Amino acid sequence: MKIQSVADLEKLSRDYSKKLYEPEGLKVNIGMASCGIGAGAKAAYQKALAHFAAQDGIQICRTGCIGFCEEEPLVEIFSAGKPRVVYRHITEDKIVEVIEDYRSEQFNRKWTLGQIKDPRSLLEEKLENPQASVAPIEGIPFLEEIPFYKQQVKVALRNCGYIDPENIEEYIARRGYYAFLKTLNEMKPPEIIAAIKESGLRGRGGGGFPTGIKWETCAKQKGEKYIICNADEGDPGAYMDRSVLEGDPHSVLEGMLIAGYAIGSNEGFIYVRHEYPLAVKRLKIAIEQAKDYGLLGDNIGGTDFSFRIKISTGAGAFVCGESTALMASLEGKVGRPRAKYIHTVEKGFRNKPSNLNNVETYANVPVILLKGPKWYASLGTKRSKGTKVFSLVGKVNNTGLVEVPMGISLREIVFDIGGGIPKKKKFKAVQTGGPSGGCIPEQFLDLGVDFDELTKVGSIMGSGGMIVMDQNTCMVDVARYFLDFLKEESCGQCNPCREGIKRMLEVLTNICEGRGKEGDIELLEELGGMVQKFSLCGLGTSAPNPVLTTILYFRDEYEAHIKDKKCPAGVCKALFQYEIDQQACNGCHLCALKCPQEAISGKKKEAHQIDQQKCIRCGICYDSCKFDAILIK
Amino acid sequence: MAGIAPSQRQQEVEIDYVELDRIIEHEFGGDKENLIMILQAIQNRYNYLPHPTLSYLAQKLEIPLSRICGVATFYKTFSLEPRGKNIIYVCLGTACHVRGGDKVMERIKEILNIGAGETTNDMRFTLEGVRCIGCCSLGPVIKINEDIHSRIRSDMVQDILDRYQ
Repeated sequence: MKIQSVADLEKLSRDYSKKLYEPEGLKVNIGMASCGIGAGAKAAYQKALAHFAAQDGIQICRTGCIGFCEEEPLVEIFSAGKPRVVYRHITEDKIVEVIEDYRSEQFNRKWTLGQIKDPRSLLEEKLENPQASVAPIEGIPFLEEIPFYKQQVKVALRNCGYIDPENIEEYIARRGYYAFLKTLNEMKPPEIIAAIKESGLRGRGGGGFPTGIKWETCAKQKGEKYIICNADEGDPGAYMDRSVLEGDPHSVLEGMLIAGYAIGSNEGFIYVRHEYPLAVKRLKIAIEQAKDYGLLGDNIGGTDFSFRIKISTGAGAFVCGESTALMASLEGKVGRPRAKYIHTVEKGFRNKPSNLNNVETYANVPVILLKGPKWYASLGTKRSKGTKVFSLVGKVNNTGLVEVPMGISLREIVFDIGGGIPKKKKFKAVQTGGPSGGCIPEQFLDLGVDFDELTKVGSIMGSGGMIVMDQNTCMVDVARYFLDFLKEESCGQCNPCREGIKRMLEVLTNICEGRGKEGDIELLEELGGMVQKFSLCGLGTSAPNPVLTTILYFRDEYEAHIKDKKCPAGVCKALFQYEIDQQACNGCHLCALKCPQEAISGKKKEAHQIDQQKCIRCGICYDSCKFDAILIK
Repeated sequence: MAGIAPSQRQQEVEIDYVELDRIIEHEFGGDKENLIMILQAIQNRYNYLPHPTLSYLAQKLEIPLSRICGVATFYKTFSLEPRGKNIIYVCLGTACHVRGGDKVMERIKEILNIGAGETTNDMRFTLEGVRCIGCCSLGPVIKINEDIHSRIRSDMVQDILDRYQ
């Protein structure tokens, strides 16, 4: 059925909203984004479907990422007029029991994460909170108030975990496409661009370029133009875009539609990296559904605006996240960047004006237009408005996706939201910005996270990957790791990047393997400076960042590797060995049982020994020991 | 580019040209811009890119073979050599690395006696390192075919590999 007017959409939205918030019978939402599935959600989903198939009144549904990935698989159960309870770690062996428990109003508190106080998205202010008159269950905290969620403001992630991403009805129920149809009918393109400019939205893919200015420049160009969505999310450790694509694909389509109308384009492309097949699948379904509703294709919403979106996949090249390389790849060519003295908004894809924005940037657009640019600009800091989604991963207790207003401190993210470092280990650094970023040490934990503050300390915001590191992370190894990555991913066409990164990697590898020499640090600094200044594209110019920041803040570790030939963190295998503390070891024998090389010996209840000839320093004993009896020497 | 000599294993494969035409013309409209996705479809079918398919593509799309080979060798997901029945992707992303992903890779290499990018002699496994699967909170992660295995430690590897014949 084709939507021909805003009134059509509003009516549908009301009907679907009722269905969404007052389902018939029991509704079970199982978080089925890639990490949910990776943790066992698919098996749980299939078990539930099979078990409750014949029974009336139970709907087993899938939803996107609720954000708290450490606790996956996450399952929400509710029915009209009843509490909405979110359960954690619900694998195949627990799913049936947890549903039966809810039905009989027993709530297994060991398995509950929280209950939802207010399921509405920030766009649904006119709707009454469906949970307002529902008595909460005693003893189960409100999800919105637990430390992980308390400081979050969900703008880009507004629907993730609340809707079935493969059902456009649920997107429409939560005011989806309303922003687009309203702007299509009531605003002229220059007004839309002015609103985006006023909001202060900056690109969320890493560049941080003011989106309004990009749109304005592209709109001024003549002839055929293209709207491109960069869904290549190559930064290791970052999966924000994946969650939006898998959990709320329509939000991206809607953002692109608004951009198309504002800029004067009728054709959009989404370039999705090869490693995200579920995202591709859900996007394709979303596009077909949008077409069915007349929201894509010709004469959209009864106007003469038409728009088509095509999905293209990448094939495993990090450099294709760079805008000119991405456009080359979209043309079926090798992904080699070109120098950007001619901007892609003037000549990009097919040598025509192209507006390229990141997934998260597009997801923010409908909210800016519905809530207004002033509201958006009231969040964040002076030059970094709005919210940002971060993937908080690594050595942190509460791993997951976190959307917070810009300006929140690193300390709050890592310790309040993230719950601190596991196993009571010591915080060492936070790595932001992926391979183009840097490592931020403890002394800057009170830094407010925004584009400019992070740049001041030598890192960048990047796409939002935030990797927490503890005392057992070797910073020299981290630098070597990133260079190894970039050496493989470099397209190879310019000398500074191709040769410079290779040589820096050689020096770092030597340092990590015990062959470091006096003068190596200075050599790295010199090479790094050269690569930064003279590389053709962003991959090269930012490649030395991890090395230079780790030298700046962790020089003592480099010196330990070079002068003392020691790796204090216990990572570089040639530079440490594990020894058992003869006082602390109580002979429980656990390490010996787990050792794959049978290198540990000792009698029960007596201190054990490690045979250094057999030990391959895999670290299994160190991780298993419950008494801190294994030392790094 | 006559320099790519088909290996012995390659010469055993039979190409279904009718299906190839369907992929090129019907599914992807014979459009040069779809080259990467066409190559992916071919690789899905044969588990690698047999050389005859590349020459055929060059003809049909009217692109020089050198350019097709350029694309096939630039992007990491393409393989010009036959791959094993089960493909192990070990995530080498930062979050997985920081949680010990490289130790998992070492263990797999030890057990299977192959390096990254190589295939076991019995064609049972091909081992690939990938940069980020996107399941960072569950690291270390490995993916075997379509199955994601999460929170892997080195001592869990043998059991997991045994499940794949």
